[in-house]
Amino acid sequence: MSALGHYLEEEGIATVAISLVREHTEAMKPPRALWVPFVLGRPFGIPNDAQFQRRVLLAALRLLEKPSGPVLEDFTEEAPAPTGDDAEAFVCPVSFAPTVAEGDVAAEFQREIAELSTWHELTMNRRGRTTATLSGLSIAEAAKFVSELSENDAIPSYRKDLDILPAVRLVCHDIRAYYLESVAAQPGAKAAAEAEEWFWTKTAAGKTMFRLRETCNASKNEELQRFGLRAVPTRFTPA
Amino acid sequence: MVRLADLSETERKGMLGRIKELSGFNGAGAWITPPRLSDCRVAIVTTAGIHRHGDVPFTEGPAQADYRVIPGNTPAADITMSHNSINYDRTGFQQDINVVFPIDRLRELAAEKVIGGVADYHYSFMGALPAKALEPRGRALAGLLKKDKVDAVILTPV
Repeated sequence: MSALGHYLEEEGIATVAISLVREHTEAMKPPRALWVPFVLGRPFGIPNDAQFQRRVLLAALRLLEKPSGPVLEDFTEEAPAPTGDDAEAFVCPVSFAPTVAEGDVAAEFQREIAELSTWHELTMNRRGRTTATLSGLSIAEAAKFVSELSENDAIPSYRKDLDILPAVRLVCHDIRAYYLESVAAQPGAKAAAEAEEWFWTKTAAGKTMFRLRETCNASKNEELQRFGLRAVPTRFTPA
Repeated sequence: MVRLADLSETERKGMLGRIKELSGFNGAGAWITPPRLSDCRVAIVTTAGIHRHGDVPFTEGPAQADYRVIPGNTPAADITMSHNSINYDRTGFQQDINVVFPIDRLRELAAEKVIGGVADYHYSFMGALPAKALEPRGRALAGLLKKDKVDAVILTPV
């Protein structure tokens, strides 16, 4: 982000950057930057709060009025937690009762997807959009592909014109997006960190992702090895 | 919040490890003084790896370091995200694109004449690449921004 600030400014365009990691911005010294105390992924703090987003944006734009730089200022207002945004308020919207044979993770995975479908539809209707469409597969098809790949690293990509690495990234993106969009349908299910923890540690989808990571790490396929390095968020993997 | 002290040990090491990759910028670079804010036409350039549905995703290959064009009138429903990193929150973007791509907030500021205007086109890169990888396309972008009469850019990460 900061590098783009240098490149654009050198080409004649004034820039101001939002900084999420102050240490990185201090190292790169872009012309103007506003550090914000928000989680990675939310540079304007909080969704659906226009006034808060406006304050962040204006604070950044005001740095364009500084006479000289580099400028690195702090935005010190914390992002307000949305109603119910705490660990206790997070409610998993489905029970995932154990109706399939224990150990049959692929079947559990498919059942979860079916059980979440109503919640996902509710979210789509409310937001008018979904971000779980990158692979072009249905979520059930995406889950089948990931389940099979997690047991057999020799299976081909689901599309002839797409290498295995982008293929697996796209389907994993869709699956995670589907689950997180689904849990957002229920009041109280707004805590991002808790939703992530639920996905990675409480679902058959998450279990499959960890299995996929092991398979990729053990694979001789270098593309899959690369995927395995970043298949699971750092905070859920041992140091 | 992203204070290193609040991250896990693994995440903190990862963040600190990246600092050495970011050297080579000494803060003595170019400085462009834009018109006053109320006259500034502003564009968004993000490294959030967002794009329109149907655009080539930011997955692998040469297109990883390219930008994707986001016309300013693109409906939110047509914008998705294919960033390679899984170590950041996506639920905010799933709820409201403005938490990453503040296009509605910019339009409001333009309507109130706080800023001079909003560009017709905005641009997205994927930030999970070495900083230098974005240089060729980043520099090329400046020409397009000038043709769109852009005075200033707000750069947004994830």
